[in-house]
Amino acid sequence: MTVPVIKLQGVSRQFKFFNLKDVSFELAPGQIMGLVGPNGAGKSTTIRILMGLIGADAGEVSVLGHSMPKDQAAIKQDIGFVSDEMRLYSNATLAWHMEFVASVYQTWDATYAAALLKRFNLHKEQRIKGLSHGEHVKALLLLALARRPRLLVLDEPTSGLDPVARQEILTELMDVLQDDRRSILFSSHNTLDVERISDQITFLDRGHIVDSRDKETFLERWRRLQLDVAGPRDLPRPAGVVDITASGHVATITTSDYTPALHAVYEQAGATVREVQRMSLEEIFVASVMHSRQEQGQ
Amino acid sequence: MHSDLAISQTDPRPMYLQIKEQIRHRIAVGDWSPGQEIPSIRTLAIGVRVSVITIKRAYLELEREGVIVTRQGKGSFVTEQAGIGQDLQGEELDSHLNAAAQIAGQLGLSSEELGARLRKAERHIKRKP
Repeated sequence: MTVPVIKLQGVSRQFKFFNLKDVSFELAPGQIMGLVGPNGAGKSTTIRILMGLIGADAGEVSVLGHSMPKDQAAIKQDIGFVSDEMRLYSNATLAWHMEFVASVYQTWDATYAAALLKRFNLHKEQRIKGLSHGEHVKALLLLALARRPRLLVLDEPTSGLDPVARQEILTELMDVLQDDRRSILFSSHNTLDVERISDQITFLDRGHIVDSRDKETFLERWRRLQLDVAGPRDLPRPAGVVDITASGHVATITTSDYTPALHAVYEQAGATVREVQRMSLEEIFVASVMHSRQEQGQ
Repeated sequence: MHSDLAISQTDPRPMYLQIKEQIRHRIAVGDWSPGQEIPSIRTLAIGVRVSVITIKRAYLELEREGVIVTRQGKGSFVTEQAGIGQDLQGEELDSHLNAAAQIAGQLGLSSEELGARLRKAERHIKRKP
């Protein structure tokens, strides 16, 4: 069994107005994990804890086989971290930043950096203060990518970017995976990006994990069933069904655990299954967050 | 790059199915021939810009259907079976015919009427340059 790149076990942290509660997930080498959650769900807090930037009150954090934050110095070379809150020195040029990062990190790949400059259409003699938001994000990513770290941790890498810049960044992220020992964790509320490139997906809401599993299982298990019913009556709610909405002669069932056996359950209750629909990751995300909030009693 | 396969955002089918069908099509039309090596899961994932797990799922199902074979440490190949292209095209034809037969049933057409329509469609295609 390979050692997970990231392993969080029962991680909790209390703040005055926000609590991170019992967060656990794992990421294997060679994979991309998307961390999805509404604003204020705890995505950035989780990332800061696993980067060793803030401590946890309880739980275990291990990154690249090292316990965090205790061993963080040992693995700094192997992790590339980009957050959209980071700011480069506005009076310095991108070239100055590249030389600085190259002097600190032995793994700096100048050829790759030059290729990224071209692909991102950045000019290294330009001062940081002259960069647009998109260029600033691309500059940060370039500085992290060209070090070829084993683990990339990206907090909202595509937020506020135009579709072309987003596509350029997703392409570079996928390119990282040519080396199957390298991994990426990125947070986003753009479910389209997450659905496309993630192998593993973790949903976070109000400081706790709603669900965490591989993407194909997510997309395969969640379904919506459109039913025709004889009239208003109680429909069965087997395990996995998270929502039933009925009006008149139609009802919609949303389930997180679809199997064809579900048809028989509703047909026995006098309903006809008119259609079974797959759900997009965004629909799954919203449905599971709503369900989780209901279960938690708001 | 294998940008000759592509994911469509407006296609309601899941991504792994889109990939599967595009690979079957490549084989059916003879672009990928029996025994030919096909891109590794990781290479294709990077080329199409879609997660490794999605391509893996497509490959597993294609293996189960006997369309491709994966040899440990060697890579994935189109099955050696000669005529796999025609077989896949035949399957494609059958699935269209099934759909047609189903609609004909809903319309209450007899098999003679359905047959007549098929022949009419054939004549229509032959008339085209």
